[in-house]
Amino acid sequence: MPDLLWLIPAIPFASALALAVLPVPRKLVAWIAVAATAASAVVSLLVAIAFLSARPVANSYTQVLWTWFDVGGLHPQIAFYFDPLSLIMTVVVAFVSFLIHLYSTEFMIDDEGYSRFFAYMNLFVASMLTLLLADNLLLLYLGWEGVGLCSYLLIGFWYRDPANGRAGRKAFIVTRVGDTAMAIGLFLLFHNLGTLRIQDLMQRAPQHWQVGSSAAVAAALLLLGGAVGKSAQLPLQTWLPDAMAGPTPVSALIHAATMVTAGVYLIARMHVLYSLAPIAQSAVAVAGAATLLVAGFSALTQWDLKRILAYSTMSQIGYMFLALGVGAWPAAIFHFMTHAFFKALLFLAAGIVINAVHDEHNIFRMGGLRTRLPFAFWTFVIAGCSLAGLPLVTAGALSKDWIVWGAWSGGNGSPEFWTVALIGVLLTSLYTFRMIFVVFFGEAHSEVTKRPGLAMRIPCFVLALLSIVAGYVKMPFGRFLETVLPWSEGTHAIPITELASEGIAGSVFLIGVYLAYVFFLRKRSYAAALASSTAGNALHRFWFSDWGMDWLYDRLFVQPLVWFARVDKSDFIDGFYTGVAWLNEFAWGVLRRTENGRLRWYAAGIAGGSVVFIAVVLFL
Amino acid sequence: MGHALVLAGVLFALGLAGLLMRRNLIFILMSIEIMLNAAGVAFVAAGSRWGQPDGQIMFLFILAMAASEVAVGLALVLRLYRHHPTLDADAISDMRG
Repeated sequence: MPDLLWLIPAIPFASALALAVLPVPRKLVAWIAVAATAASAVVSLLVAIAFLSARPVANSYTQVLWTWFDVGGLHPQIAFYFDPLSLIMTVVVAFVSFLIHLYSTEFMIDDEGYSRFFAYMNLFVASMLTLLLADNLLLLYLGWEGVGLCSYLLIGFWYRDPANGRAGRKAFIVTRVGDTAMAIGLFLLFHNLGTLRIQDLMQRAPQHWQVGSSAAVAAALLLLGGAVGKSAQLPLQTWLPDAMAGPTPVSALIHAATMVTAGVYLIARMHVLYSLAPIAQSAVAVAGAATLLVAGFSALTQWDLKRILAYSTMSQIGYMFLALGVGAWPAAIFHFMTHAFFKALLFLAAGIVINAVHDEHNIFRMGGLRTRLPFAFWTFVIAGCSLAGLPLVTAGALSKDWIVWGAWSGGNGSPEFWTVALIGVLLTSLYTFRMIFVVFFGEAHSEVTKRPGLAMRIPCFVLALLSIVAGYVKMPFGRFLETVLPWSEGTHAIPITELASEGIAGSVFLIGVYLAYVFFLRKRSYAAALASSTAGNALHRFWFSDWGMDWLYDRLFVQPLVWFARVDKSDFIDGFYTGVAWLNEFAWGVLRRTENGRLRWYAAGIAGGSVVFIAVVLFL
Repeated sequence: MGHALVLAGVLFALGLAGLLMRRNLIFILMSIEIMLNAAGVAFVAAGSRWGQPDGQIMFLFILAMAASEVAVGLALVLRLYRHHPTLDADAISDMRG
C-alpha cells in the first residue's frame, strides 16, 4: 500500500497538465478535474487505512522515487514521507479539495476560463499534497512555492479587472518576503546540519545544538518567517483580505482550508527545532495571539462578506499558531482539521449567497435570506456555530476549547495567552453572529435569482456533517498524534481544570451571541450609535483598514522604493547608455537624408564615391 | 596614345555630366551610352599602344553589353512610363526603400 503514495500528488498533477495542454472539451473538463481529485482522495484514504490497520514499525511510510540532483553533498530525493501528521493533513486536504472541485463544477459553469480554472486548481492540489508528503525540506519548498504560484494565478483569475491582478501581485510579493526568510533558514540548516531530510534534521538538531543556541533560534525564526507569510499572520498578514478577489471556491480551498495552514504544518513538522529554541516558540505564540486579536477586531468592522471570512481565517490560524507556540501541538492540528471543514463550508455557503443576490458582497444589502435560501442559511449557521464554538455540539468548539485550555496549561502557556484566547472566542462569536443576523435575518434588501444545484449542495451537506461530527474523534485523534507530536499538558500547575476552562469559553461564546443579537438584530440603532460616536468612529475606521497596516507598509516600504526607483532611473550610468542611443539616433537622422529616392543623387553619390576610392588607391 | 586617353576622359566627363544634369530618363540612358563608349575608346587606345588585340575584343564585349543594357533600360523606362506618365527622373522619387 505505501507503494501508492506517489499517486496522491501525481494524479492531480497529471490532470492539471492535461487540462493545461490538451484542448479538452468543456463537458469533459469538470469530469477530469473532479475525477483526479477524487482519485487522489481515495488513494490517500486507502493508504491511511492501510497505515492504521497495520501500523508500521517506524510509525511511518517512506517512498523514495529518485534522487533529484546530487551536488556538493546535497542530494535531495524525490521522496514521500507518511506519518500520522502528514496522514491527517493529506486526507483532509485531498478530501476537502475533492468537495470544493465538485462545488466549482457548478459554480464556475458560466465562466469562459473553465478549463484554465480547473488546471490551476488541480495544480494547486498537487503542489499542496507534495508539500505535505515531502520527505525533505527542499521538496517541501517546491510544493510551498507551487501553492504560492497557484494562489497568485487564482487570485488574479479574473484578470481583466486590474484590481484583481494587483491583489494577486500583493499576495505573491508579501508571501515572497516570508519565503525568502524560509530559504535562508534552509541554507542555515543545511550549512549546520548537512542535510535537508526532515527526519535526519530532527535527529541531528538536538545532537548539534544546545537548547536556546543562537543557530537553532535563528533557523527557527527564519522558518517562522516563511510560516507567517504563507499563513497570513502578523506582520505579513496584509495580503489575505485582498486575496478574496479570486473566485469563491478558490477562497474556500486555498485561502481558508488548505494553503494558509501550510505554515502551521511547517512548524508542527519542525517541532523538534522549536523545542530547541524556546524564544522562537514564544514568538510563534505571540504572533498567533496578536493576529487572533487584530484580525478579530478587523472582522467586526468589515461589510464585505468574504473579507469578514478572510479576517476570520487569519484569526483562526492565529489560534493554531498560539497552540503551536504554547506546545499544544495536537490541538493545532486538530483545529486545522475542524477549521478546514467549517471554514470551507462558510465560504461555499457564502458563495451560494453571493451568487443568489447578483454578486453582491455587502452584507448590509442582503438581509432576510433565511426563508428564501434555507439551504444556505442552515449550512451557514452550522458552520458559523462551529466557527464560533457552540459548546458540546460542534467540532469547532472542541478544537478551540482544547486550544484555550492549552494556552494556559501547555508548556509555554500563561494566563495572558488564556485571556487572549477567551477574548478571541468573544470576538469570533460576535462577528460570526453579526454576519448571520445581518445576512439572513431582518428586512430583505435584494432579490434572490439563483438557487444552488445538486453539485453545489452535496459538498455543503457533507462539510456541514463533518463540521459537527469531526469533533467527536478528539480523544483518538489526540492519542494518534501524540506518537509524533509531543503534548506537554500539565507541566505546570494551574488553578482551573479543563472542564472549567471549557465552561468559561462556552459562556463567553453565549455572551458574544447575546451581544450580537442585541446590536445587530434587535436594536440595530445601538450599533449605529456606537459606530458614529467620535471614539467609535475612529476605532471603526482604524479596524476597518486592518489597523492601518496597509497604510504603514505603503509609507514604509512601497513609497520609498518607488521614490528610489524614480531617482535611480536617471543616474549617470544610464546617461552613458542613453548617450549611445542618442548618438545612433543622430547619425540615423543625418544618413536618412541621403536616402531620398532621387536617381541622379544616387548616381552622383556613386561617382563621387568612386573618385574618392580611386584617389585613395592612387595617392595613398 | 595620350590624345586618345584625353578624348576618352573628355567623353566620360561629358557623359557623367549629362547623367547628373539631365532629368529626362532617355537622356540619362544616352549619357550612359556615351560613358560606355568613352571606356571603349580607352580600351582600343590601350590595345593599340601595347600591340594587343585584347583592347578591341574588349570593345566588342562592351558593344554587346551596351546593346543589351539599352534594351533592358528602354523596357524599364517604358514600364515606368505606364505607372507615372512622365520621364522626369526627379518626379519619380517615390521608390525610396
